[in-house]
Amino acid sequence: MDKVGIVGVGQTKYERRKVGETYPDMIYEVTVKALDNAGLTIKDIDNVITVSNDFWDGRTISSMAVQDACGCRHKDISTVEGDGLFGAFYGAMRVLSGSFSTTLVVVHNKCSQSKMNLITNAMFDPIYTRALGLDAITSAALQARAYMETFGVTEKQCAKVSVKNHGQAKNNPYAQLPLDIEVDDVMKSRVLCPPIKLLDASPITDGAAAVIWADEKAAQKAKAAPVWLKGAGHMTDAYHLGDRDLARSPALVGAAKKAYALAGVSDPLKEIDVAEVSDVFSYMELMWYEGLGFCSEGGGGQMIDQGLTGMNGVLPVNPSGGCLSANAVMVAGLARLIEAVLQVRGEAGDRQVPNCKNALAHGINGPCGQSHCVMIVGR
Amino acid sequence: MAEWEQATEDIVYRGRIKVPYQWWVGETGSHFFIKLRDEKKLLGRYCARCNLVFMPPRQACPRCFNKEMAWRELKDEGTLVSFAVPAYTSELHPLEPPFAYGIIKLDGADTGLTHLVAGFKEGRLKTGLRVKAVFKEDRTGDIMDIRYFQPV
Repeated sequence: MDKVGIVGVGQTKYERRKVGETYPDMIYEVTVKALDNAGLTIKDIDNVITVSNDFWDGRTISSMAVQDACGCRHKDISTVEGDGLFGAFYGAMRVLSGSFSTTLVVVHNKCSQSKMNLITNAMFDPIYTRALGLDAITSAALQARAYMETFGVTEKQCAKVSVKNHGQAKNNPYAQLPLDIEVDDVMKSRVLCPPIKLLDASPITDGAAAVIWADEKAAQKAKAAPVWLKGAGHMTDAYHLGDRDLARSPALVGAAKKAYALAGVSDPLKEIDVAEVSDVFSYMELMWYEGLGFCSEGGGGQMIDQGLTGMNGVLPVNPSGGCLSANAVMVAGLARLIEAVLQVRGEAGDRQVPNCKNALAHGINGPCGQSHCVMIVGR
Repeated sequence: MAEWEQATEDIVYRGRIKVPYQWWVGETGSHFFIKLRDEKKLLGRYCARCNLVFMPPRQACPRCFNKEMAWRELKDEGTLVSFAVPAYTSELHPLEPPFAYGIIKLDGADTGLTHLVAGFKEGRLKTGLRVKAVFKEDRTGDIMDIRYFQPV
């Protein structure tokens, strides 16, 4: 694989309600942070990808509306409507194409400005599904039940993911919801839609993030040593929930296989040092262990029971606290990638995993993880 | 921090987005909804190459990309593949609690229809349950012509 690496990263603090900042304000903040982090100026950037969602922003061409704030004027731009990791995937491809040497990727989302379930309801087909009132929580509950009943995964095992990730968030200054909780607290939290309870679900979050990709030559100009993209894969599943086997994630299996093949990874559990996955609901983290090949199909519950994915486990997952501790939806996947980069650099502070050479970032898009993106970054 | 930045009030502009919209159902969907409205019949689309019946119907097979599909009449009964009973209220919910979202594999179909389940005693739903469609009296040619599915 040709070389493309990340030389700069920037994130806002993730918060429940960023009432003091507009979308452009947040994008300006993360753009400046990423440029400073790279030791570059906006003049060094030759193309930009903006990632956003029109429904959440309450306007059309939401991606174009933040372009002044990320220095796009008179630059080549493109846009992605999807998770931030998919934007990063596209940004990396633009450099790999040879047409560009530095891509700035920015993403923003404020979930506080509207009503979450009115927006997530709109992801469903308007002719066959939307009138039912299905939303992100009820659709996830359909998947959680299918997954948990198929493989005998328990609510307590899911609760352990919440306890782990909220606890790990205490080491992440950007996280919104660091919590000292126990399994019992999750089990007794308000029931949203069985088997999902409040502490099984990610919070409502505002935030933004940015990364800068560079080719080998442009990376020499940056002050930070590049963290190279070693492998990436991307795959989607059917749109209608009833077309899919909701207990399994073949699209993630496929995306991971592609990423591992490019990165030369044959045993992910041994060869990946840290993983940041999109745990939008607690059960999802267990499903993604399986899809990513960290354990066999149906083995996610045992994996959390054995503590294999805690900070002292064989493969720490979500040292940042994951989406359960901050989920500015479109931003989530790019936040995972930024955390992976910080881990490889050894700059992850109190959440640092020792001797991190290969880090994995995972993003999802669409209802119940319809599509998946997997990236491996390292030195 | 400059003096002006120490404002004690953050102004919020409150608006509402409301846009009338018409979704054109298309020829395939229209046939499905006319049969539902006029005859209380549920039709799936059969792909002979894949030997699969898809519900809801679609113009072309999403698996093999073949457009030569045929209509197949399905039973108005099926099996509950998964369900979810919301414990919160929302202006989006079309039924009074208790009701559930369900994925229902109708007899004769290979994929599940996502719809509503009602008419059950609380705590009595389980996957694998047999359910049957309850149709609306005055049908208008949309997915809510099925009021919900209820346990057989």
